[in-house]
Amino acid sequence: MVHKFNFKAQTNTAPLAVFRFFFGLIMFISIVRFWSYGWIEKLYLVPKFHFSYDGFSWVKPIGNYTYLIFAICAISSIMVAIGYKYRIAILTFFLSFLYIELMDKTTYLNHYYFISIVSFLLIFLPANAFFSVDAHQRKLQYLQVPKWTIDSIKLLLTIVYLYAGLAKLNSDWLFRAMPLKIWLPSKYDLPFIGGNIMQQEWFFYAMSWGGLLYDLLIPFLLLYKRTRIFAFLLVIFFHVFTSVLFPIGMFPLIMIFSAIIFFDGAFHQKIIVFLSTYFVKSKSAIKEVKNYNFKKGRQKVVLSIVTLFFLIQLLFPWRYLLYPGELFWTEEGYRFSWRVMLMEKAGFANFKIVDGITKKFFYVDNKDFLTSFQEKQMSFQPDFILEYAHYLGDHFKSQGHKNVQVFVESYVALNGRLSTVFINPKIDLYQQKESFEHKDWIVPFSSEIKIKGI
Amino acid sequence: MFKKILFFSGLLFTIYSCTSTDEGELIIADDFDRSSMLENIADNIILPAYEDFSGKMNDLKASGELFTTNPNQVNLKAFRTSWLTAYKVWQHIEMFDIGKAEELQFKFHMNVYPLTVQDVEDNITNGSYDLDNVNNQDAQGFPALDYLLNGIADTDVAILEKYNQASGNNYKKYILDVLNQMKTLTDIVVSDFKAQRNSFVTSIQNNATSAVNKLINDYIFYYEKGLRANKFGIPAGVFSSTPLPEKVEGFYIDICSKELAMEALTAVKNVFEGASYDSSEVGIGFNDYLIKLDRPDIVNNITSQFAQATTTIDNLNKSFNRQITTDNISMTKTYDVLQKTVILLKVDMLQAFNINVDYVDADGD
Repeated sequence: MVHKFNFKAQTNTAPLAVFRFFFGLIMFISIVRFWSYGWIEKLYLVPKFHFSYDGFSWVKPIGNYTYLIFAICAISSIMVAIGYKYRIAILTFFLSFLYIELMDKTTYLNHYYFISIVSFLLIFLPANAFFSVDAHQRKLQYLQVPKWTIDSIKLLLTIVYLYAGLAKLNSDWLFRAMPLKIWLPSKYDLPFIGGNIMQQEWFFYAMSWGGLLYDLLIPFLLLYKRTRIFAFLLVIFFHVFTSVLFPIGMFPLIMIFSAIIFFDGAFHQKIIVFLSTYFVKSKSAIKEVKNYNFKKGRQKVVLSIVTLFFLIQLLFPWRYLLYPGELFWTEEGYRFSWRVMLMEKAGFANFKIVDGITKKFFYVDNKDFLTSFQEKQMSFQPDFILEYAHYLGDHFKSQGHKNVQVFVESYVALNGRLSTVFINPKIDLYQQKESFEHKDWIVPFSSEIKIKGI
Repeated sequence: MFKKILFFSGLLFTIYSCTSTDEGELIIADDFDRSSMLENIADNIILPAYEDFSGKMNDLKASGELFTTNPNQVNLKAFRTSWLTAYKVWQHIEMFDIGKAEELQFKFHMNVYPLTVQDVEDNITNGSYDLDNVNNQDAQGFPALDYLLNGIADTDVAILEKYNQASGNNYKKYILDVLNQMKTLTDIVVSDFKAQRNSFVTSIQNNATSAVNKLINDYIFYYEKGLRANKFGIPAGVFSSTPLPEKVEGFYIDICSKELAMEALTAVKNVFEGASYDSSEVGIGFNDYLIKLDRPDIVNNITSQFAQATTTIDNLNKSFNRQITTDNISMTKTYDVLQKTVILLKVDMLQAFNINVDYVDADGD
């Protein structure tokens, strides 16, 4: 990959088709699961207030029509799976999924971000060239696609694992076995392993270091043909194991099926034969053409978009270096960077509404405005605290309160350290503006147990 | 190769689905015995406190019946005494919002204050009411008796006069109905807990419905709401623009709010330390769990914070109403001291226990 990459090289199209099929299918299952658990109501309809990403405060749940967005998302994911009107389907999926994620950042998960960017990438890939309804309808399918299209998915997965591994190179993870030392013992109720190894100090370290090595090495073990099968079994084991331990939903399934892409064309051909034999029976004859080529000029546009996309993916996680202070504490530049399972952070935020002139004050009961899940997430993330402070300020101003000032008494405990003051209690948050600049009203991380790492 | 992988994947998924859906009896054998902790809390705290309360409730009902058949100064005094005695024991059980107590909303029928006097007077005038109705939760229990014993007139003579008038019959009936309601609910809750005791002490999974997690969550909730907010914060005005001294517990008898609050703090300390309700024995409590999790620092902080709270409350007037009207600063300062423990319990202790409260996907950030 170091020497000049040949963007004209063609390869077997099957991996892309299989990836599309499973991606669409798992997305469909995810949405049905999300819906059936009542989470649409719980997370998007019940809360009175939603936390927004910078610049996206206009993206909000739309009452009962929110279900419609999920329905659109589910239908488009099935269309993606079967490859029917693929281009429109994946674009619809991307936009509806993105809308859902932007509605409230309380629910931010790295794996939702992963889905967003994979579906963005898929918009530009000819994933319906083969084994798709589109191919049947046009009675034409392509046996080969440009090799870079499949490589781009592998590259994205490599970035995810590698960056997740790099993020683990910190002293809390490596030398204090945090946060696994907090999480694992609480799995005391697991059958067989809960009462014994889940309680062992050596096991916390083994899991920390094992997880680190897994993340750092797995993309390369998957890329290298001779270690691939071993690596894939490792992928299955790792993700199944983590899903037993942690409430991470569909993520393990997504990662296991995504990793199939590292196998060669012949292997994917077998999957397609398998699927065709048992699930998809087609009698119509399709003309098979060897190479799929992007239209003239189009390849150039697509390639520049994809290149730019990867440049951003490679650089964006490093933006935290531009901020002073401890990343885990301030979380400035924390999200969208594959920092998965790195922290056990809990907080408490008690808001005080003060009349700036009479100095009369009262405290807010967060339960009047937030769900318990929102309150939990808000209490240790500075951007949430600020947004909520403004919401409270506006609310009490509209209620007729005068000279409204908003202060917060907040404490945060990080990775098993004692809780300490988090936000400067003397700062009127109502006067602070959200921006990408450093928030100097966060009390600097002061624990004697420092966090060192990249 | 493909088939091999398919087979392995299938095998692993089978193992996974077995482990995640297996709901059989769990034998948990890590170094900390949660069952022993629950046994101690059930047998040495909840049960004796329930038993005691049940007895005090009988006494209260008896003295109420005596008073209503013969409303005189002696019987009024005796009724007040048994009211306060029962109310103090109540402070030890309010936090256990489990089983029937939760189902029947025990605490909302026993101790919602401030009382809505208008509702009480309307009920008495109308002579017909449904005490099971949610709208009547602020018109019964200890606060209603407080009003009926101390608040319906300015002096004891005037109070007794009210009961001895012809219209006093409705008042007497209301007292008896409130007492019956309290007694009935108490009997149900106590006998249910006795029946459930064995399943209670073995319900130790880390999930949203296990007894151990519910107990810990109820405990923290009680400390934050029942103790800190209701007894101190709300009347001191920390949630409103002005102090609201009429919202103290035991407003009409006036001189007991500190005594009741102290009882509640003792109850909270006892559970944390695993200290027995009716003897000097100390068993396994939350502090031992924290120590097992290698967090003696949290134990030390909570213990010293409880000690500080005791001293600070002790310095207050025995009537919080008077304390708030004369010197509310001391009251809000006490609130601040209590608040520090909320942080220790809710942030530090809960993080160490790593209890599953909310079931929603997470990836640990």
